[in-house]
Amino acid sequence: MRELKDKKVLMDDESIRRGLVRISHEILEKNKGTENLVLVGIRTRGVPLAKRVAAHIQEIEGKSIPVGILDITLYRDDLSTVTQQPIVHKTEIDFDVTGKILVLVDDVLYTGRTVRAALDALIDLGRPSQIQLAVLVDRGHRELPIRADYVGKNVPTSNQEVIHVALEEIDGEDQVILQELV
Amino acid sequence: MKILIKNGIVVEPIKKLTDKMDILIEENKITRMAEEIEITEDMQVVDASEKHIFPGLVDIHVHLREPGYEHKETIYSGTRAAAKGGFTSICCMPNTDPVADNSSVIRFIQHRAADEGVVKVFPIGAISKKLEGQEISEIGMLAEAGVVALSDDGNTVMNSGVMRRAMEYATPWNLPFISHCEDQNLVDNGMVNEGYASLMTGLPVYPKAAEETIIARDIALAELTGAKLHIAHLTTKGGVELVRQAKAKGLPVTAEVTPHHLALSEEDVLSFDTSYKVNPPLRSKEDVTALIEGLQDGTIDIIATDHAPHAYEEKMVEFIYAPFGIAGIETALPVIYTYLVKDGKLSLLEMVEKMSSKPAEILGLPVSKLSEGENADLIIVDLDRELEVEIKDLVSKGKNNPFIGQRLTGWPVMTMVNGKVVYQRSGFNASN
Amino acid sequence: MSSLKSKHMLGLDGVTREEISLILKTAEAMKEIFTRKVKKVPTLTGKTVVNLFYEPSTRTRASFELAGKMLSANMMNLSSSSSSVVKGESLIDTGKTLEAMGADIIIMRHSAQGSCKLLSQHVKASIINAGDGNHEHPTQALLDMFTIKEKKGQIEGLTVLIVGDILHSRVARSNIFGLLTMGAKVRVVGPATLIPVEYKKLGVEVFYTLEDALQGADVVNILRIQRERQKKGMFPSIREFHRFYGMNERIIPYLKDDVLILHPGPMNQGVEIDPIIALDDRAVIEEQVTNGVATRMALFYLLAGRGNQNEDLN
Repeated sequence: MRELKDKKVLMDDESIRRGLVRISHEILEKNKGTENLVLVGIRTRGVPLAKRVAAHIQEIEGKSIPVGILDITLYRDDLSTVTQQPIVHKTEIDFDVTGKILVLVDDVLYTGRTVRAALDALIDLGRPSQIQLAVLVDRGHRELPIRADYVGKNVPTSNQEVIHVALEEIDGEDQVILQELV
Repeated sequence: MKILIKNGIVVEPIKKLTDKMDILIEENKITRMAEEIEITEDMQVVDASEKHIFPGLVDIHVHLREPGYEHKETIYSGTRAAAKGGFTSICCMPNTDPVADNSSVIRFIQHRAADEGVVKVFPIGAISKKLEGQEISEIGMLAEAGVVALSDDGNTVMNSGVMRRAMEYATPWNLPFISHCEDQNLVDNGMVNEGYASLMTGLPVYPKAAEETIIARDIALAELTGAKLHIAHLTTKGGVELVRQAKAKGLPVTAEVTPHHLALSEEDVLSFDTSYKVNPPLRSKEDVTALIEGLQDGTIDIIATDHAPHAYEEKMVEFIYAPFGIAGIETALPVIYTYLVKDGKLSLLEMVEKMSSKPAEILGLPVSKLSEGENADLIIVDLDRELEVEIKDLVSKGKNNPFIGQRLTGWPVMTMVNGKVVYQRSGFNASN
Repeated sequence: MSSLKSKHMLGLDGVTREEISLILKTAEAMKEIFTRKVKKVPTLTGKTVVNLFYEPSTRTRASFELAGKMLSANMMNLSSSSSSVVKGESLIDTGKTLEAMGADIIIMRHSAQGSCKLLSQHVKASIINAGDGNHEHPTQALLDMFTIKEKKGQIEGLTVLIVGDILHSRVARSNIFGLLTMGAKVRVVGPATLIPVEYKKLGVEVFYTLEDALQGADVVNILRIQRERQKKGMFPSIREFHRFYGMNERIIPYLKDDVLILHPGPMNQGVEIDPIIALDDRAVIEEQVTNGVATRMALFYLLAGRGNQNEDLN
């Protein structure tokens, strides 16, 4: 059994906050405001990130934008190979996505397979006018032609490394750690 | 050639004997039994050190299936299974096709047994023609042909008037009636004990009352007619009590219990394994306890197997479609030894008595004890031998044995009928 | 806990509280798919699911079929009104044939108790029991429990009454096993000939008077009465059954204000249930149908997606 060893703190609470504020500004700038803008967080850690981005946008623009929760378990392409069967949670998007500029939010962008599943799931829900992607960390090693529109931090990694994102809402603290399989 | 069985411990229930003795066999008879018999050149010596010698076991409740159901068992295979189980005399039930309700079928079985069988076979005749419970069979001619008892086993003569007439009519021949007690109206299509088993499986119920009402009826009819009554495969606490009361009144009533009703209970049925499907069904733990008590206090006289073989494919179906029956003649002795004697619930002598001399006595079989001048029907048993029951080792055509996979202790290693070795375990050599 | 111990769903006897909770939680997520425009997810793409029905069924078979299709499985329907014995091919042989066709999940309804277990011992596919004789009907009980949990927030501590022919009911048996496991109080009521008193030993309260049984009942689950039972002499007449055990106008005063009324369907209106009860706001009989699909989807996901954990722990 291989274990994970902490190697380095990549982001602390302050740098996470700054990253999200910058992403919020970039979203507003690129989309020229909040019109038709909706956010969807991918379970699990994309959800609090999406809510934080929405809160920053509210602070900046004074406008609240809808936030949905997307569970991609049923769209995963590795269900028959994973050893631990993932628990399916509810998708909670209580607004119509058709015609919206939808910003998908997740913690780490790695192979791109999660985003692929999320795109399939979103398309089953309706027809957004655009889907954009915001991630806290992009660690490279893409296996699919997918890229993020907004990135908190780019981190070059090896395959032996793992990025652990801890968030206050779930883990009790804000921190991004680089770990290594030993 | 004389055969000398040396150094075995002889268990003889009639003489209440458990002693180390040598036994000399000449032709078909036991000619000498003594503490030490000197070996001479004309003797073949069987070393029975550390082993026990019992009189050949007697099973008065066996289904040999021939004629008519040769795919389930034949006289050839059934008698070999009996020999392997340590039985030298068996009685076969009449539910064959054609039914053994006339002397021709009885004679067929007797001839077949003489030609192909390896143990002594005593046929039982049907009470009613075709086992239909309507008209009584030719009881006189059956008696002449040599049946040792009458039974509609598998069925109950539901018409009490017919049963009464049969019992009365049979008076001159003094044949015992073996009663399969099942009130068909109460059972209907029932197949598991009404209680925990039916509750958990949803399978149709076979209530205890279905057995007890007929036991009570037949005891009353035995009292009325004076017929000898033997209750087959007793399974309930209430049934044991009814037999106990009948005996207390001095009525000529005897009873048997099967190894599976002593060792198993209704909880085994929850597996839906069809090898547990048997008639009457496996009952509750409380009933099992009462059966053991009945065996201990003599209310239940004997152990009989109700060896009921079925073809493999007949049992490899849904529980409700599978036929009733357990083919247990090969495992009867180790089951009783493992479940009752090793636990101290029954003594060795009691076990042997209830599986040999007592059943012979009930049906008046010409069966011998271990004594000088008697026929040499005996078995050598290794009481320390523990074996897992494996389907490949069963010689009966019926593989419907719920003890497959269990480790049991106390196996016959040699069976002798009329001085002739009819079974010996591989590795145990009578000729060395 | 994130997966089931067994790869089969043969009954609720022996299924743990954690497992039932997992199924109900997963069903909650599945139900959301009903609210979408595209009512389909790709989870079981490439999996083959067989509906093997030896007894006529419209509702259950359709429910399983829709559940499979919503998860993108290849669905195959095999119906045979006669039993395997009548047909001449043994159940085991039929199972082997389906296995050779690559079935991943076999849903079976059969008139023989224990038949699903028999099949599960001879094929590699996951077996789901869709009703085996009078034994169990676990998916019906799961959808009933899902409905109760959805409407009442929890199952533990509730008093659930099951009305009617308890003796011959696989729905009752599975509900009783599941509800007791989940910590509900279970009552049964019906003619004395149709109630196995042995249930008391499991902790079930037995009633013979409907009015008494309804006192304090949070949920009432009404079983379908098979008319053949009357012909077999289990009770004197349909009229008499309706008089004493029918859910009709007479019992309305005995119902709790927030009682939840369930019926597995199809209903015999005028026998075990009158329209006045079936149409009552407190009856959720149609919603049970939707919940049935969601529950069966949950089970498909949990059984088919067991991934590498194929060693059966049972």
